[in-house]
Amino acid sequence: MSSDRLTPEEVGERLAAFLQRHHRARSVHIDDLSLLTGGASRQTWSFDAVIQHADGKTETLPLVARADPRKGPNVMSREAEYRVLDAAVAAGVMAPRVHAMGDDSLEVPFFLMERVEGETIARRILRDDDYAAARERMPAQLGTILAAIHAVPTDDLPLQRPEQGLSPAETEVSRFEQTYRMITPDPHPAFELALRWLKRRLPPPAESTLVHGDYRMGNFIVGPEGIRSVLDWELAHVGDPMEDLGWLCVRSWRFGNDDLPTAGVGTREALFQAYESARGCAIDPEAVRWWEAFGNLRWGIITIMQARAYLDGMSRSVELATIGRRTAETEWELLNLMEDTTYA
Amino acid sequence: MQDRPAVDELLAAIEHFLDAEIVPNVPGSRGFHARVAANAVRIVRRELDLQDEHLVAEWERLDRILGPAERPANLKTLAAELRSRNEALCARIRDGHEDDLALIAEHVRETVRDKLRTTNPELLSRSAPLDRQPGVA
Repeated sequence: MSSDRLTPEEVGERLAAFLQRHHRARSVHIDDLSLLTGGASRQTWSFDAVIQHADGKTETLPLVARADPRKGPNVMSREAEYRVLDAAVAAGVMAPRVHAMGDDSLEVPFFLMERVEGETIARRILRDDDYAAARERMPAQLGTILAAIHAVPTDDLPLQRPEQGLSPAETEVSRFEQTYRMITPDPHPAFELALRWLKRRLPPPAESTLVHGDYRMGNFIVGPEGIRSVLDWELAHVGDPMEDLGWLCVRSWRFGNDDLPTAGVGTREALFQAYESARGCAIDPEAVRWWEAFGNLRWGIITIMQARAYLDGMSRSVELATIGRRTAETEWELLNLMEDTTYA
Repeated sequence: MQDRPAVDELLAAIEHFLDAEIVPNVPGSRGFHARVAANAVRIVRRELDLQDEHLVAEWERLDRILGPAERPANLKTLAAELRSRNEALCARIRDGHEDDLALIAEHVRETVRDKLRTTNPELLSRSAPLDRQPGVA
């Protein structure tokens, strides 16, 4: 059984019973339960928990439950994600506060965190008048928040780390090359060119820090005043901090605002400046460029992974099916990024 | 022989139904998926229109890199054999000499450009770097 099979009513009942035990409450009921994402890698439920405490006082908590979509191995355990979020918030990063680690109530691992109100849909953040002021502030915010993420202590966190004897860049290239070779249904000469190019231009070994791993438009909760919270920490790992800067500049996350490489809202210079002054160190733009190229390859391989979920019958989603035809967009971007140099 | 409407005309009907009747009237993720489905129909329509031309062009460019080979007349066979030739090209890129790569890169660029003419022609019109656009110094 997976939580796919629990009806929303069952999910609500089980969350209520869990919270009642957790708070030793007189009663708990769940309002406005809705499935925010039913993705291949996790399920996210939003709800209000109305808690009547033992002392008779009532409070309403806006919460989110993040659950695995099925039993078995997942990208990152929910417990690891819970601990990373907890550490990030403790270090002053704008991320959702965790509320409770779950148990087996939903038949799959889950945890609860606060629900931060705001907009995540890139198209609205980039186009709607409501977010005009937010767009002005975001380039600098993106730099300062990222600097705070890269300062989170990682020693006690259960995270993937660079392989022994390999730099973070070598680790990531070899990890994604292996995945690519294992899953691709078709040969991709553009990716072979990119792998060759990336391996011959590895950035110099750098410090290792916490890397968010999916720091991009779509994972930011934005209000009219700017960014409120950073979501989706399940790809966090220990690596080269420049990886997050490169990923943030990948063209797909500009959603059509091609001339604004930082998430479709700003220049690289504005991002770098804010990051450098918050972190007190200088950015090597060539290293970020390498990670941006790598980010396009990584996104290209992820599009193949998502299409495989459809091709292998794990999902009938029309979205996953058609994402297989977006691989060519990342190939095109890679060819453009590689163009002005020799393929030495 | 089938009667009208022809394949493309039937697909146009599905596309219109999704765009005009489902997308504006269905909220949430289902409406979003209807938009994605309409886009998938557009991809199929363009592919049916362009694939013969693109597969033949890809084959002929590969002739110049891998040496000439007889091109299958049947479209399915052509696609299957192109797949093997692309595997050979990938091996060549992995192991090949630097001298080869400029020619290969130019071929790959043409092939990816053709893929995008089918999957996302709008991207091609806006994503050329500034220095590649006509009229920009």
